[in-house]
Amino acid sequence: MHRELRSHIISLLAAGIRLDGRKLAEYREPIEVENNIVKTAEGSARVKIGDTEVIVGIKLEVGEPYPDTPDEGTIIVGAELLPLSNPDFELGPPGIQAIELARVVDRGIRESKALDFKKLCIEKGEKIWMVIIDICPINDAGNLFDAASLAALAALKNTRYPSFDGEKVDYKVKTDKKLALEKMPIAVTVIKIGDKFIVDPDTEEEKAIDSRLTVSSIEDGTLCALQKGGDFPLTMEDIDKMLDIGIEKAKELRKYL
Amino acid sequence: MSEINVKDKEISVPGETLATGMDILPGIGTYRNGEKIVANRLGLAMIEGRTIKLIPLSGRYIPKTGDTIICKVIDVGFNGWRLDTNSAYSAMLSMKDATSEFIARGANLTQYYDLGDYIVCKIVNVTSQKLIDVTMKGPGLRKLKGGRVIDVNTNKVPRIIGKQGSMVMMIKEAAKCNISVGQNGLIWIYGEPMDELLAIQTIRKIEKESHMSGLTEKIKEYLEENRRKN
Repeated sequence: MHRELRSHIISLLAAGIRLDGRKLAEYREPIEVENNIVKTAEGSARVKIGDTEVIVGIKLEVGEPYPDTPDEGTIIVGAELLPLSNPDFELGPPGIQAIELARVVDRGIRESKALDFKKLCIEKGEKIWMVIIDICPINDAGNLFDAASLAALAALKNTRYPSFDGEKVDYKVKTDKKLALEKMPIAVTVIKIGDKFIVDPDTEEEKAIDSRLTVSSIEDGTLCALQKGGDFPLTMEDIDKMLDIGIEKAKELRKYL
Repeated sequence: MSEINVKDKEISVPGETLATGMDILPGIGTYRNGEKIVANRLGLAMIEGRTIKLIPLSGRYIPKTGDTIICKVIDVGFNGWRLDTNSAYSAMLSMKDATSEFIARGANLTQYYDLGDYIVCKIVNVTSQKLIDVTMKGPGLRKLKGGRVIDVNTNKVPRIIGKQGSMVMMIKEAAKCNISVGQNGLIWIYGEPMDELLAIQTIRKIEKESHMSGLTEKIKEYLEENRRKN
């Protein structure tokens, strides 16, 4: 479908420049992180990367633990791709794209052990805190993965528990107790087009990608999650290079939190 | 007695009463509601004698016979192509309007225009139901190879083209790019990477500052300034 666009992008990349004038491994400007923008949520954040804008809200609910992990809380990540953010998105049950977005964010947080699930336990086998993370893209101008995981992390960071008397949760009263965030997993999506690697694709570039790899890493550069997408395969060398770029760029994004 | 509520070239919003009185006539972008003349859309109100019209500042493209537009092929059928016109309605390019070549019965139409290709075509007819017929026969109508297509506000297209194409000529010369402007707000640009960027930045600047006076001079200066840097 986008052969012309792809070959044009490749010829530009060979000259070391992207469609909008950026260098290959450069994020769009400005990157903005705003905290506590939703009053009714326990934690929330709005992230802008260029024209892409994502809002994430966190709710804390008391529920029953899973039978196999009676002393652990849990997280539930949901993403809804609103039609207002992109003309290609439609209302209805979440599609493949929305599910993938939610799972990539979920896996980054879960596998990095950013939240200690044991600390979310209130009463073993009876009551636990469920952390519900909702992702709402407000404008999709490319690279929802990175924006959503950055927003989710920012929101988790400023989440405060509501008051809980052992019976009922009073959402109107927030306590000073914060959700303990142990690690900071940052996701960076590295794109391969032709034989070049780029980060932070815009809408045009997303149409022409060969493959993508979302790399989640924590402060010391330890990998915690990967997600591969796109129609083309990757070689071992490709993945090595993409991991290096991903970990390097994560350091840059971490400054905004 | 009639009364005009707006000044010449004043910005009006939809629903705004521009004038009252039966001896004033509604022009393009306005309608009559009883005694009142009301704005249909966001635009600049122009008073011309007894008529009031609006020059639109926003809104999608509305197809008009005779417009040269840039379209994307979205479907290949048995006897023609369906095109996305960047408006609410899609256009039909029939086989006989597509090329002067002989096309054998049952030939593979994708060898002429394939899915996702961009073409420059001309609207020959728009029915009352907004069914659009386009042709590829005419000077400058062709398939676009290479380069990229950008989207601009349709209502700014006249400013981007300029008087007798003066503005777009200026950009073409300064940025050393091939540029095709479609009336539907799609613009095709092809050149060296940095030149393409300069052309796009200039077009975005025109889009943003199109309502200001002395635009041509400003753009000329902008191009001079930025050309030296490259």
